[in-house]
Amino acid sequence: MDINQKFTPQNWPKHAETATQEGKNKFVGLWIFLASDTVLFASVFATYLALKDQGPVGMEFAAKDLYELPLAFAMTMLLLFSSLTSVYAMYHMKNYNFKGVQTWMAVTVLLGFGFLCLEIYEFNHYVHIGFGYTQSAYSSAFFTLVGTHGLHVVIGLVWISALIIRNAKRGLNLYNAPKYFMASLYWHFIDVVWVFIFTVVYLMGVLG
Amino acid sequence: MMKGLKKWRLFGLLAALTVFLSACGEDYLSTLRPSGPVGQEQLNILILAVVVMTFVVIVVSTIYLVAFAKFRRAKVGENFMPKQVEGSHTLEVIWTVIPIILLLILAVPTLTATYKFADVAAMDEVNENGDPTALTVNVTAKLYWWEFEYPAQGIITAQELVVPTGEKVYFNLKAADVKHSFWIPAVGGKMDTNVENVNKFYLQFDKESEGLKDGVFYGKCAELCGPSHALMDFKVKTLSPEAFDAWVAAMQDTEGATADVNSTDAGEAAFANSCLSCHAVSAVAGAGVGPNLTAFGDRNRVAGFKDHTVEDTVDWIMYPEENKPGNLMTGKYNVTEEEAQAIAEYLMTLKVED
Amino acid sequence: MSSVAQKKGFGAQVWDFLTTVDHKKIAILYLASGTLFFAIAGFEAILMRIQLMVPNNDFMSAGLFNELLTMHGTTMLFLAATPIIFGFMNAIVPLQIGARDVAFPFLNSLGFWMFFFGAVFLHLSFFLGGAPDAGWTSYASLSLYSPGHGIDFYVLGLQISGAGTLISGLNFIVTIITMRAPGMTYMRMPLFTWTTLVSSSLILFAFPPLTVGLFLMLVDRMFGANFFDHTMGGNTIVWEHLFWIFGHPEVYILVLPAFGLFSEIIPVFARKRLFGYSSMVFATILIGFLGFMVWAHHMFTTGMGATANAIFAVATMAIAVPTGMKVFNWILTIWGGSIKVTVPMLYALAFIPSFVAGGVTGVMQATAPLDYQLHDSYFIVAHFHYVIVGGIVTALFGSAHFYWPIIFNRALSEKLGVLTFWVFFIGFHLTFFLQHFLGLMGMPRRVFTYMADQGWDAFNMISTIGAIMMGVGVVLLVINVLLSIKSPPVNRRDYWGDGRSLEWALETPLPFYNFKQTPLVRGFDPYWIEKEEGNEEGMVYAEPLGDIHMPNNSIIPLGMTIGTFIAAFGALYSPWGDQAIAGTADSLSKAGSLTLLIGGLGITVACMIIRSVKDDLGYHVTKAEVEQTERALAEFRAKGGKR
Repeated sequence: MDINQKFTPQNWPKHAETATQEGKNKFVGLWIFLASDTVLFASVFATYLALKDQGPVGMEFAAKDLYELPLAFAMTMLLLFSSLTSVYAMYHMKNYNFKGVQTWMAVTVLLGFGFLCLEIYEFNHYVHIGFGYTQSAYSSAFFTLVGTHGLHVVIGLVWISALIIRNAKRGLNLYNAPKYFMASLYWHFIDVVWVFIFTVVYLMGVLG
Repeated sequence: MMKGLKKWRLFGLLAALTVFLSACGEDYLSTLRPSGPVGQEQLNILILAVVVMTFVVIVVSTIYLVAFAKFRRAKVGENFMPKQVEGSHTLEVIWTVIPIILLLILAVPTLTATYKFADVAAMDEVNENGDPTALTVNVTAKLYWWEFEYPAQGIITAQELVVPTGEKVYFNLKAADVKHSFWIPAVGGKMDTNVENVNKFYLQFDKESEGLKDGVFYGKCAELCGPSHALMDFKVKTLSPEAFDAWVAAMQDTEGATADVNSTDAGEAAFANSCLSCHAVSAVAGAGVGPNLTAFGDRNRVAGFKDHTVEDTVDWIMYPEENKPGNLMTGKYNVTEEEAQAIAEYLMTLKVED
Repeated sequence: MSSVAQKKGFGAQVWDFLTTVDHKKIAILYLASGTLFFAIAGFEAILMRIQLMVPNNDFMSAGLFNELLTMHGTTMLFLAATPIIFGFMNAIVPLQIGARDVAFPFLNSLGFWMFFFGAVFLHLSFFLGGAPDAGWTSYASLSLYSPGHGIDFYVLGLQISGAGTLISGLNFIVTIITMRAPGMTYMRMPLFTWTTLVSSSLILFAFPPLTVGLFLMLVDRMFGANFFDHTMGGNTIVWEHLFWIFGHPEVYILVLPAFGLFSEIIPVFARKRLFGYSSMVFATILIGFLGFMVWAHHMFTTGMGATANAIFAVATMAIAVPTGMKVFNWILTIWGGSIKVTVPMLYALAFIPSFVAGGVTGVMQATAPLDYQLHDSYFIVAHFHYVIVGGIVTALFGSAHFYWPIIFNRALSEKLGVLTFWVFFIGFHLTFFLQHFLGLMGMPRRVFTYMADQGWDAFNMISTIGAIMMGVGVVLLVINVLLSIKSPPVNRRDYWGDGRSLEWALETPLPFYNFKQTPLVRGFDPYWIEKEEGNEEGMVYAEPLGDIHMPNNSIIPLGMTIGTFIAAFGALYSPWGDQAIAGTADSLSKAGSLTLLIGGLGITVACMIIRSVKDDLGYHVTKAEVEQTERALAEFRAKGGKR
């Protein structure tokens, strides 16, 4: 594969992400990684459900009163929209519109960053009212579950930002097209996991 | 020549018999010589499983050995080219169906026994006076010793479980520090003592322990719990129901017993000074920090595994860490050799049985 | 470019191994380090058996015994069996499917170094205040209670090496899915490749629960979290579940590739096609699937209730069916064949009855009510050693003899091999057969000593003698390996004469690109097919001779690993841990701990960013270079392998 090969929208392959052997490997590899990551989240979810509302005798925190749904809803919307914008980026990649790819990926990063800020605000708020990481088994489980997702968001942001920066001068080619595609796929996964967190932690938490 | 061969045969037979018998173990400890219906049923399942599995092993080994004997290259010739068969559906079906049937045979007693052994409904049954009808013992496993509380009788003892024969005895199992597991091999299978919840099960003791080698059944901790896991033994004394009732009464009679600092008995005085804050000498005293010593003189072992002599008791008092590494008694007191001697002699007088 | 043309200096060779992405060299790294840890863990076992040789022995202290039993189990499973199996997978699977390398050569290297440094980290515990002492299962209440840093080493070391294992597993799955040569359909894949695929999938799904469990333990012990502290609402049973959701599949992760290896060995030395190939594949997948459904049979006595026990008992019994299918298929493979008893075949023949014995005792333990008696007694020790030694170690020893010619272009001595086999095999049964009875006679496992006259004395003595024999067997094997270095090179294809799959079609020593042209696979057992048709080359090709694309070596995997290694020390000496606060474990200052933690992770992230920003396109070996390498290799072989 020649990295210097210049493409036009006409000769750009339909599935640029899997046009090379490396791209194919990455494509299969990422899906398999996501399968594994799903099990990781499943384990953390199970732990959270086992330890929800469990704490030392007389603990004052309960999921029912702790969570603020409006905030969680805002976070959900940010992440859902960021997923959508990454779809736009992939749409432009299909058409060999590099500028479109970069712009929409940048928007994705911004929305993701907004989500992260709200999460940090939320965590800070909980710690402030005394619901810190070491407060109880429940608090440890909550921060670990949501924090693991948050860590995935951070990794995704760094990843996508690095892609935007490193490829700014290079343009789109068959070497970096799979990279964009994988990052976008990973970002969707983060989004899906968040939907589960929103349901299991926040909605089911507030409902009791 | 023939004579020698016969002798060898006899010798071989005897040797095999010896191994077979010794492979059954001791009647106070072995799962192969159970003294209660729980252990007996478990042994029955074991025998059934061994029969089924021996059948499997014999079938597999026969085919295997015949194949090996018949088809060695030395036999079939260096240039023999075997037929390259792909497989056989008929055979596949046979060796799928037969194991399934064998497993079903094994699954039936497994399922019935699983539910039977988990049935502890009788623990909550009460008679017209509101007293529980079944005997329940609360077992608390602590770093390297066992506490046995009889809640309905209001008494507590340690290291030596005393139970009546001929009835189901129910257990509430809990650990005070780390996870342990409660196991009396000769009477029935084990159950873990967890730190966060109470496990319940029952055993039934059908044989009085009087006639056993040490007069007791052996109990073991079966879950790794630290350096002295191997030394966390306890003993089980099984008495006839009448003798058990007498024992309970004698234990209840120790209510209020204590050791006096000003006693003329140097041992009692030293005990009161150095030991009493952790070790009670009354069975009605409630759970203590250390093992309840009310019936120390009746016991079979010191610290669960040492000989029940004054000498070994002194050794245990003076050098607990060397005897039972990681125990929680080390360094909690300060006694001289003479005091330890006196304490040991005093402890030997603490008896409720004759 | 040629791998044989010029001789490199020692430093250059070391650098080559540190940076290599060649699956054949990574295989050697795995085999060598796996053997090292196997030897260490075996030595630990012999020390423990010496302690248990006679009652009331004072050969070692109770604390040391617990450290050894923990390290023996942990090392054997994670750091000996797993890497040696990975060694064979790396060496053989790409050759079996006709690939020039694995899908992610970079990740392959990363996986190895993560495993290796995790293992080294764990073993440093012996020198830094004591090894872990809560058993390889490290049940939460005891491991939280354990003073010192032992458990911390366990948690962090396994976290690092576990990540390596996960990465390697992922790599094999992708390799097998995407890198197969034309014509190598799924149902033509050799069984070792199949078991590698299934076992890698198990890794993929089994290791995340372990990762989570270890992480919870890590933050509990080192950063004050409360997952397992029941006074703070925690629950130790969560650990038991997470551990066994991993721990049970782990057994199949190890034993399935062993099945695969035997499925390669037996047809070669029976000179007959593997009987019931498709049912073998089906059984492999079924075992892998059921392996995830049965974890709680390790917890029958935990108090899960009758219904849970009943379900897991029946599910566990079900695994016996596909396993039985496999055993019968192996036996039917030798039936009607022409059995040549070489050392690999000797191990295979010994495997069948030994493994059946381990299997049937497994079914006995699946019967929950009976397991109440057997659980945590010496019976279970006997059972899983029958499975692991009888099933896995025999596979590894047999395959070492079997594949040595391909991997090293040398052969191990058959004579010494036969001696090794008998010493080891007799020692193995001597050690473990009587342990079944010790368990039935009431001896709990993991005891550092026992009182005399409980009826256990004679059997323990015999068991120790057996263990020493096994030790002698391993030493003989190592001697065999050392002697092979001086033995004449093999320089040929199809060393055993009856090879069937693609790896035997290649002439050793292999060029670094394996196949000068990608082969075309025309059926199951492709090399056998070509031989039958009298094809001298051993394969037909799917492409003309041309340029070959190969990956670049890289030092970055090692850099990333060293970063995590440093960070692990930061976490280990955390001042926020319960033990550190209680003063039962030494710690650094907050700043010191954070510097190591963040600095170490910083190195890792920096390496990743370098990796991401730099274009790494690999390089092309031109057609001329390939031809030149092939000529040089031919010359090398003609000269008898002398440089």
